[in-house]
Formats: sequence, C-alpha cells, structure tokens
Amino acid sequence: MSDSDIIQIEGLKNSFGSQIVHDGVDLNVRKGEILGLVGGSGTGKSVLMRSIIGLQQPTAGSIKVLGHEMVGKDPLNMRMVSRHWGVLFQESALFSTLNITENVKVPLREYYPDLDETLLEQIASYKIAMTDLPEDVGVKFNSELSGGMRKRAGLARALALDPDLLFLDEPTSGLDPVSADAIDALILGLRKMLGLTVFMITHDLDSLYNICDRVAVLADRKVLAVDSVENLTKLDHPWIKRYFNGPRGRAAAESFEARKTGA
Amino acid sequence: MTGSDDFSFDIEGDQLALQGVLTLAHLDSLSNKLNTLPSIKVIDLSNLHRMDTAGAWVVHKLAQENNAEVKGADAGMAHILERISQYDRPLPPEPKALSPLIYVLTGVGKNAVHVWYTALGLINFFGALLISIWHTICHPSRLRTTAIICQMESVGVNALAIVGLMSVLVGVVIAQQGAVQLRQFGAEIYSINLVGRISFRELGVLMTAIMVAGRSGSAFAAQIGSMNLAEEIDAMRIIGVSPMESLVLPRFIASILMMPLLGFYATIAAIVGGGLLCWSVLDIPPTTFITRLREVIPYTDVAVGLIKAPIFGALIAVAGCFQGTQVKGNAEQLGYCTTKAVVHSIFLVIVLDAFFAVFFSEIGWV
Ligand SMILES: Nc1ncnc2c1ncn2[C@@H]1O[C@H](COP(=O)(O)OP(=O)(O)O)[C@@H](O)[C@H]1O
Ligand SMILES: [Mg+2]
Repeated sequence: MSDSDIIQIEGLKNSFGSQIVHDGVDLNVRKGEILGLVGGSGTGKSVLMRSIIGLQQPTAGSIKVLGHEMVGKDPLNMRMVSRHWGVLFQESALFSTLNITENVKVPLREYYPDLDETLLEQIASYKIAMTDLPEDVGVKFNSELSGGMRKRAGLARALALDPDLLFLDEPTSGLDPVSADAIDALILGLRKMLGLTVFMITHDLDSLYNICDRVAVLADRKVLAVDSVENLTKLDHPWIKRYFNGPRGRAAAESFEARKTGA
Repeated sequence: MTGSDDFSFDIEGDQLALQGVLTLAHLDSLSNKLNTLPSIKVIDLSNLHRMDTAGAWVVHKLAQENNAEVKGADAGMAHILERISQYDRPLPPEPKALSPLIYVLTGVGKNAVHVWYTALGLINFFGALLISIWHTICHPSRLRTTAIICQMESVGVNALAIVGLMSVLVGVVIAQQGAVQLRQFGAEIYSINLVGRISFRELGVLMTAIMVAGRSGSAFAAQIGSMNLAEEIDAMRIIGVSPMESLVLPRFIASILMMPLLGFYATIAAIVGGGLLCWSVLDIPPTTFITRLREVIPYTDVAVGLIKAPIFGALIAVAGCFQGTQVKGNAEQLGYCTTKAVVHSIFLVIVLDAFFAVFFSEIGWV
C-alpha cells in the first residue's frame, strides 16, 4: 500500500437509512493494474464504485483518486479528476436523445471544445470500432440497441477521452461469449497500449481468471481479501469457497489452465 | 510521463518530425495546422515520448493520406499504431442536405401523416378503453378499487387547495369587474347575478378542468410514458395484466368522479370570493347576497355545470393516458408527449365548452 496508488480507500462507511452497506472498507488500486471486484448481488459493489467516482457521499472514511480526496469534494473541482477517468455504468446510462456517435462525442466536446469536427467524427468512429460494434450503430439511438450493444456503446463513451483510469460495472454481463472475450481482449490491449488502470466489477469468472491482476472480494460489508484468483481460491471463507469452487468456478479455472498450457 | 508535457513538430523537406507528447489534449490546436502541411514522405516519431490512441489516429491518418512512412516508433507506439489501423473504417456518408422548399414540404407532409395516425391511434385507444370498460362491467371483481381511490386522491383531494384558491380569486375578479361596469347604470346589485350564474354555468367547471389538465393530465402522460420507456407496460402485457384495466381505467374513472366534485367545490369557492368582494366593496351583506343568489340562479345552471364536468374529466384522462402510450424511445419524447397531453386536453375542453354553450341555449337552458 503505497502513496502512489491510483485509488486509496480507507475506513469507508456507506448506509441508506438504517441499512448499512459498507462498514470499514479498505482498498487500494495500484497504477496499471486491472482490479476485479466480486461479491454477491446487493453487497454494494455498485455503491462502492459510485462512492469512488463521487456520486455517493459516504457516511465516513476517505477516498483518494489520483491524489484527490473525493469525500466532501467540491463539484467544481471534480473536473480535474473526471477528465482522467472513464466510467461504464451498470445500465450503460447512454443519453437517450443522442445517437451513439454523439454520445461518444459528448466528453470530447466537453473537455476539448476546439477539436476539429472531422477529427471528432473520426475519433468517435474508431472508438466505436474498438468496442467491436458494427459501423451502422453510430447513427442509432439507445432505445434501438440490444443490451449487449448498449454495454459496448457505453464502453466506447467511457474510452472517449483515452482515460488513465477506467471504471467498469459488469462490462461483460449480458454479452455473448465471443463479445465478452473481445471486451476482455480490448481491456488488456488498452492496458498494454496506454498503461491504463482498470477497476472492474464483474461476475464473469473467465474475465477474473484471464485479465484481472488482483481480485477484491466484497462480503460482510468489508473487503475481505485482495489477491490473485489462484491465491483467493485457497482461502478458507465459505462464500469465497462457494464462489470459486462451484461448478462454474472450476470450469473457468480449467479453461484458464488449458489456455495457459496451450499458449 | 517523462520529459516535458509539450508537443511540437518540425518539417524538413518531406520529413515531419514529431516531438514531445502527442495526446488528445494537444490535438485541439494541432489538427488545423496539420491539415495545411505540404505533402510529406516520412513521419519521424523518434523524439515522441508518449502518444495516446487519439494521437496515434492522427499519425495514422497523416501517413495514410500522404502515403508516408512512419519511422522511429518504439515498440509501444508501433503496437498502438498497428491496433489503431485496424479500427479505421469508412465514415458513413453524410445525409444529403435537402433544398429548403423540399424540406418545408416534407415537413408539412410528415406532420399531416402524423396527425392522421395520431387521430387513428386515439380512436383505437378509445375503442380499447370501451372494451375494457365492458369487460369490467361483465366481471366487476376485476375493478381496481385501490388504484381508483389512489387516483381520486391525487386528482381530487390533493388539488383542493390550489383549485379553491384559484376559484376564490376568479370570483373576486369577476365581482369586481362586474361592479365597476354595472355601477354606471346604478345596477351594482346585478354583480350577484353575474358571479352566481357565470360560476355555475361556466367558470367553476372550466377553470377546474384547466387546472386538472395541467396537474393530472400531465401526470398521467408522464407516468404511463416513463413506464412505457422502461418496458414496464410490455412486462405487464406479458404477465397478463392489462395496462388498460390497471393503468388507464382507474385514472379514467377517478377523473370522471372527481371532476364534478371539484367543479362544484370550485363554483362555491368562486361565489364565496364574489360574495366577499360584494360585502367589502359594495356593502351587500352576505344574507342579501345569498337570498338574491337563490332567486336568480335556476336549477338548470347547476345542471349545466354538473353535466359538463364528468365529460371534461373523461376527456382529460383519455388525452393524458393516450399521450403516455405514444412515448417511444427517449426522454425528450416523454417531455414532448406530456406537453401535448396538456395542450390537447385544454384545447378540447374549451372547444367542447363552446359546443355546450350553444347546445344548452338551444334547448332553452339559458
Ligand atoms: N439509492 C439507494 N437507496 C437505497 N438503497 C440503495 C440505493 N442504492 C443501492 N441501495 C442498496 O444498497 C445495496 C447495494 O446495492 P448495489 O451496490 O447496487 O449492489 P450490487 O453489489 O449488486 O451492485 C442493496 O441492498 C441496495 O438495495
Ligand atoms: Mg451492481
């Protein structure tokens, strides 16, 4: 745990009324790593992500992102940090009145208003291509896309600014396995190209094995453990055991082993 | 992120040398300059420290357009450049701009078609509503009493304060204006006739209908419209719950039941307002006011108001719910349809009111 960590969370508490979601969450995300976050449904993974990006004011604790304290942050100063990150929401949150190309252009226009219009068009086009979407999707609207296409369009928008830090809330859920693999490959490729740091909530065991450097487990209102998947599977916690050693977990582990030896 | 965070470039002959950091942040100013470059054969990246995908895209495009060779890229940059070239695909053609005349004509045509289909849709909707009313009559147990009562509260009870206040003020204004004019003939006492009859026949119900259209017609459209956007209506249909019976019918019935009550209440409030003004300005005591009201208002005036009210209520509910079902696609549509619900229902209420005015005078209820 060093000061150069991209995200530093200490003693984070979150509650809604009497329901306590987080009680003393500590988590650090290192520069350049892909960190996976797992946990049962409703354990507060999305709430944790919303706290990190400043959409949810925690009851207590401290969150530093790229060196900026996020708790009690002045919204005006938010731009300093937010131009360095891209966020993919669980429901994609595409702007429904704009088509996909325009959606991708929104952050570009916001931060770089002087960009040439043709270049803007081209950048939007290759961002859409990066996420494996067909060309004709650019002129479509959110309501005209399938769930998986929305995910990828949301990812294209999150990547618009070439962020240093990428937040992904279940990027591969609802995708077919081929597209899910393509997203995994894209994230790996971007990390290799740009030294990107990725904070990724996922239930996709293949993603956990194939692309995550470390995995954080959220249970009992805390981060129980942060480690590589191989080490996590050896831990003696009932939920972690069920998660990684169930039939799906074992299948993912086997396919990962097969890939490693095959490669 | 070593070295300076600046970007610069040099041109020597047909060689373009890029230096520093080439990222999105440097492209605002750069892209115009690069567009005016003379043709180049070599792009030298050896002094470039860092580049992101946007920078790589610009380099890729420059190399492609000039048929230039890229050299001096380190392993990382070569990798980005190679990847980015895979994402290069032709931009979709710009839609052709229409001539203004054609544009206006297509606009008019599209609107005409749209109005036609909206009218058909409305008739269709009304038919479906009648069918579901018939079904409910055949199976009274299917009636959603809780939903109806809930809607009655939001359409009626919650509107009491605003409708009351508005009507009192309207009553005051009418009595005051009437008094000013009638005083010229020494006939101030006729202000009472004016306030009493116009409140019962016209204003009580009309103003209430306008208020209900604004409060509840818009709410109906917005509620049903946002459910439509979130596929909730589809989900209901699939589960076998009829949206007509569960969403539209309760609002329809609640509006029909509450409009006469609200309208009558508004009428009384307007008369109270007028009475207060007569008392304070014209020195007509309340007892005289009430006695005179009873002499000059025929029962038909009360009937005129009470007959119109449920019809206006039905109209507002149908217009609001229908517009809600028309919401497709996005949030902007939701706002558009909500506005239309209010505009249409107020317009139709006023048209119908004019029709009723003629009708009742023809049958002798003057
Ligand atoms: N805005 C909110 N108001 C009240 N409770 C909320 C809100 N958002 C989330 N919660 C609660 O917080 C818990 C965690 O939610 P969430 O982070 O979305 O779960 P997940 O881990 O599946 O992403 C859930 O119990 C949810 O009911
Ligand atoms: Mg979630």
